[in-house]
Amino acid sequence: MNEFKPLPSLPPPASLTGVVGWLHKNLFSTPLYTILTLVVGYLVISSLIPVLDWAIFSANFTGNDRSACESGTGACWAFIGNRINIFAYGSYPAAEYWRLDICFALLVLSFGPQFFDKFPYKMWLGVFSLTGFPVICFYLISGGAFGLESIETGKWGGLALTLMLAYVGIVAALPFGIVLALGRRSEMPVIRTFCIAFIELWRGVPLISVLFMSSVMLPLFLPEGMNFDKLLRALIGITMFQSAYMAEVIRGGLQAIPRGQYEASKALGLSYWKSMGLIILPQALKLVIPGIVNTFIALFKDTTLVLIIGLLDILATVQASITDPEWGSVATEGYVFAALCFWVFCFGMSRYSQSLERKLHTGHKR
Amino acid sequence: MAMENASSNELAVQLVDVNKWYGEFHVLKNINLNVTPGERIVICGPSGSGKSTMIRCINRLEEHQKGKIIVNGIELTEDLKRIDEVRREVGMCFQHFNLFPHLTVLENCTLAPIWVRKMPKSEAVKIAMHYLERVKIPEQADKYPGQLSGGQQQRVAIARSLCMNPKIMLFDEPTSALDPEMIKEVLDVMVELAEEGMTMLCVTHEMGFAKLVANRVIFMDAGQVVEENEPHEFFDNPQNDRTKLFLSQILNH
Repeated sequence: MNEFKPLPSLPPPASLTGVVGWLHKNLFSTPLYTILTLVVGYLVISSLIPVLDWAIFSANFTGNDRSACESGTGACWAFIGNRINIFAYGSYPAAEYWRLDICFALLVLSFGPQFFDKFPYKMWLGVFSLTGFPVICFYLISGGAFGLESIETGKWGGLALTLMLAYVGIVAALPFGIVLALGRRSEMPVIRTFCIAFIELWRGVPLISVLFMSSVMLPLFLPEGMNFDKLLRALIGITMFQSAYMAEVIRGGLQAIPRGQYEASKALGLSYWKSMGLIILPQALKLVIPGIVNTFIALFKDTTLVLIIGLLDILATVQASITDPEWGSVATEGYVFAALCFWVFCFGMSRYSQSLERKLHTGHKR
Repeated sequence: MAMENASSNELAVQLVDVNKWYGEFHVLKNINLNVTPGERIVICGPSGSGKSTMIRCINRLEEHQKGKIIVNGIELTEDLKRIDEVRREVGMCFQHFNLFPHLTVLENCTLAPIWVRKMPKSEAVKIAMHYLERVKIPEQADKYPGQLSGGQQQRVAIARSLCMNPKIMLFDEPTSALDPEMIKEVLDVMVELAEEGMTMLCVTHEMGFAKLVANRVIFMDAGQVVEENEPHEFFDNPQNDRTKLFLSQILNH
């Protein structure tokens, strides 16, 4: 009989694989590409050499004042080393640095393992980082309980303050954003109108004016004798502002979920909250992970604006230090250091979101 | 009054003068339908005739604006509690399957029993595996819907509905989105279900299926029931000209 037999599958030709194949295909496939590769290669190398020279080879790494850096032509990293405590802890009392150190360590311990796929107790670690972690850190940093000396928020600063603002902003803005996004799609007119008004109001004003309102205007309207902490007011302002942005990002995800998913969960008898929590939100949030992380990163960098209401975050401490006559012109070093700090955290968030996307990918969407 | 209640309790589904509008557009016009338990009904008609809308009214995916719909003795009104009660007893399969893509096949099947029926997880898994075996894909239980073929997905969707142990099953064009070679595997499952005595309402153009299992075929056009008969009479001896035209179009191509 005439039986159908598929041809055997062969390996691809050798010229398409291996290092040589890759080089040929990507860098030197035509004469034009070869020239472009050489030109770009020259530009990269010729600009990299002076940068590396400044940052590493001619740089000064040790010393306690400007005399350490007068000899060299490179970067004065000794300045950063000398002021690192102020950049990290602000004007927090030096004797109590250990309290912030514990918080930094807890932060690393509760988020570090999330980058490793095989780590077993990730779920519990996640729960801890949303519940126990902020509470422990709050009591450790502010003191006033468990025999710890009370330290007022005016002394909080540096990288610790930056991380605190960003962390609270992120952890609070996500749930508020979800509620606002659901509310904006609600069929109940009162809830929908409220959510739209809230989102449009906060999204329509600059963060600077929100912070000004919270620190300057709000106390004027509060009754005599009633006042609450400036940092707390800034935190509430940042959270409200960012949750409006978050709501719109999440609404985009909700709109991308096909109607059939809502119908199928209704047909199975799931209530509104169950179908949102079990079916719609897990899919919608997964879709907008890039947008959510984008908002987180923007929030993280926006925290530098608290400078204008007199809270000294890392950028503010750097700025205060570079004008110190004890050191020469170290503005570049200071700003490069601040930029690096921000970049490390933002890049970490970006990598984490990518690994999350890969992990949550479940084959092709129907 | 009492007698009327008694008789309606015996019916699985009862539609009395049901009317529905989408804005100005009158989609359903005076629909009357009685379905007794165990009855298999096939609904056909041209697209836009309101057949899908009608069966979607039965589990309140669509609201009707006039008339009465009584399912399993429960009248559908605005009352959310009654709607939930009806939905627990009525399973539905969709044209595009609507499986939950972020959950495995097994999780798709156990979700509603666990969260709606408050069943312990181990029991829900047992029931899910039982129905996945019945639709002949227990080996796919740990895969995600995106990894299955259309026919397999539709069988999972049927199993997912059956896990809620429904008294009535609604099928909204279950084979229309499938490749030809996968239609049979889904129809086989539906035929088996019919033979076990499930009350079924199917919107479908599979006339072979209608001849094989239906007790009654209903032909709809322009939001009305045009003709209603047992399958052999319906196909061999259609009364209405509109029905004859429709049958000639779908049977002789």
